[in-house]
Amino acid sequence: MLNTFVDALLLQLGYNATLVAIGAALLGTAAGTAGTFLFLRKRALVSDAVAHATLPGIGLAFIAMALLGADGRNLIGLLAGSAVTAGIGLLLVEWIARRTRLSEDAAIGAVLSVFFGFGIVLLTVIQTMSRGKQAGLESFLLGSTAGMLYQDAIIIALGGALAVLAVIVLRRPMTLVAFDPGYAAATGIDVRRIDLAMMGLVLAVTVIGMKIVGLILVVAMLIIPPVAARFWTERTDQVIVLAGIFGGISGYVGAALSASTPALPTGPIIVLTCFALFAVSLMLAPGRGVLAALLRHRRFQVRVHHRQGLLALARGEPIFDPLTLSVLRRSGLIRKDGVATDAGRAQAAKALRDEKRWEIARQIHHDDTVVGRYDGLTPIETVLTRDEIADIDHRLGGPQPVGEAS
Amino acid sequence: MGADFVQLSLTPLLIGVLAAIACALPGNFLILRRQALIGDAISHVVLPGIVVAFLITGAVSTWPMLLGAAGAAIVAVVLIETIRRLGRIEPGAAMGVAFTAMFAGGVLLLEQSDTSNVHLDVQHALYGNLESLIWLAADGWHSLLDAEALAALPPELPRMAVVAAIIAVLTVVFWRPLKISTFDEGFANAVGIPTGALGFALVVTAAVAAVAAFDAVGSIIVIAMFICPPAAARLMTNSLEAQVWWSVLFATISAVLGYVFAGYGPLWFGAEDAVSAAGMIATVSGVILGLACLFAPHRARVGVGAEG
Repeated sequence: MLNTFVDALLLQLGYNATLVAIGAALLGTAAGTAGTFLFLRKRALVSDAVAHATLPGIGLAFIAMALLGADGRNLIGLLAGSAVTAGIGLLLVEWIARRTRLSEDAAIGAVLSVFFGFGIVLLTVIQTMSRGKQAGLESFLLGSTAGMLYQDAIIIALGGALAVLAVIVLRRPMTLVAFDPGYAAATGIDVRRIDLAMMGLVLAVTVIGMKIVGLILVVAMLIIPPVAARFWTERTDQVIVLAGIFGGISGYVGAALSASTPALPTGPIIVLTCFALFAVSLMLAPGRGVLAALLRHRRFQVRVHHRQGLLALARGEPIFDPLTLSVLRRSGLIRKDGVATDAGRAQAAKALRDEKRWEIARQIHHDDTVVGRYDGLTPIETVLTRDEIADIDHRLGGPQPVGEAS
Repeated sequence: MGADFVQLSLTPLLIGVLAAIACALPGNFLILRRQALIGDAISHVVLPGIVVAFLITGAVSTWPMLLGAAGAAIVAVVLIETIRRLGRIEPGAAMGVAFTAMFAGGVLLLEQSDTSNVHLDVQHALYGNLESLIWLAADGWHSLLDAEALAALPPELPRMAVVAAIIAVLTVVFWRPLKISTFDEGFANAVGIPTGALGFALVVTAAVAAVAAFDAVGSIIVIAMFICPPAAARLMTNSLEAQVWWSVLFATISAVLGYVFAGYGPLWFGAEDAVSAAGMIATVSGVILGLACLFAPHRARVGVGAEG
């Protein structure tokens, strides 16, 4: 299996598998980038309504083509039909949210469930129409690349490439609108048109992705990559690029994995690959990741214990906290038996003096921006000027040694 | 409307109505709290829960599956909260990450495990099999009084009835705190209502409704019934009491009309086979919501700023 997986990764599994892998990678890239704008606009779940609303379109297109005597399974026809109902669903979400007092999430849920329900009705109608002949429309629910026709793979690869191109062309105005619609409008951008273009892009990604990932899971390709990318950077342009990369990788690796093992359905594998990237980002990303947060917390804890330990030394108080003891011992400030070393006494005196300086500073300064910086950790030298400290010292009197027998 | 009706249509009809009401009741509060899509998320994550329960017990039996599904719903809620808090991600996106990933996991497990000899597949999970819940032992209305025939009722019916009753009782018992915390969380906190626990309990109740209904009718009805009847009811009135009654009425109408249209509608058009009842019920609820959006007395947004 590993060999076939490597073969699939290197595009050695034949024409179709290669095309599907490339198509999935392009699709993932387009979905990740297009999804970033949705995510920044805080409308990620609108894509869920769009995706579910494709189902009746597929059914209607199949019925229409079958009635006209054509092959109902023609992919272009099915995709066109699904785009139409998905568009209607999208407009309905906007209409309900704008015209009635229902909130957007209620509108999303309503459109999603009703369109999907109607689609299921149509699927059962088709089952009775094509008795004995498998229409295979169920494959659109969860995606399937098994037995995909050569033309279909070409259509998906082309569609994915076009969507990536559209993102590249529209990225500037879309970023602006996603961040600050008011400012965008002021600079002469037609916010409604850009919003529509953004949604159109989402719709296109959904329709193209339906065949590979399936319409229930295609939203994952729009939502997960941007969320994962957001962990790594605070800059929009980088989020867009990263989301595109994450989406592309998961599409490519997922398609290859599924091609190498017959029983693995493509859609879920792609989504789970994507989720794995997300999980890694959640844990390991610097800054926002869980590990980084834990390390930050630990460093802060050590600083607090270091400082409080020094103050306790300076005041001659006994220390019982094991963490404080180990922090002081490791930095060579106390000996094994808990008695302060010379360095420890020196630093303790400094800490105590700092504390006293702050005390005076709080009495003479009523300025919150200065005194508000007191947190028991910040040395006063970093906040006040040398003259001010000299003034405080004048009030305090000369330095006193600490830690001697007292 | 005789023996055939009791045998073939009465139980699915009742199950449909009960499922619809059980979902619509918590749906009212979810809609007002802008958590409508929690129902969507829950009904997706029920699938992995059921599959895991099946893999552990090795059989399609009811209670392990209900437990598995409820467990999955709780895992999902925790996962969503974790992603939201740790990553400072907006709730919609956090939800999208969690439920798609869990659903994908469920599908994958299902495809990997050997379920060919049991009735467990993705399609069934999505749109249930309301039509198959027939009462074979019945041979007319008098069977309703026949203990032997009653014992052979599809088990989904009493289960759904119990769940619907529990949810109705919970709604009545917790009415005041629910109402207060839904409309004014700050005030609710001030008078000592544990709003956090109440919110979580509401989600768990919704999950229980979703799981019980899911077993009988599939997830698509569940999402539709969480949202459409309460949303339509919201447009009919400004009073929460009236809204809940409207939502129950709409849910009942959707279930009955949906079932009738699905079962008998195609016959009127000369076709022979019924269409999916679950899909039809969702469709009817959508039509009701559509009509409410167009004509309901309180549809308009009053004071847009206040609503925002």
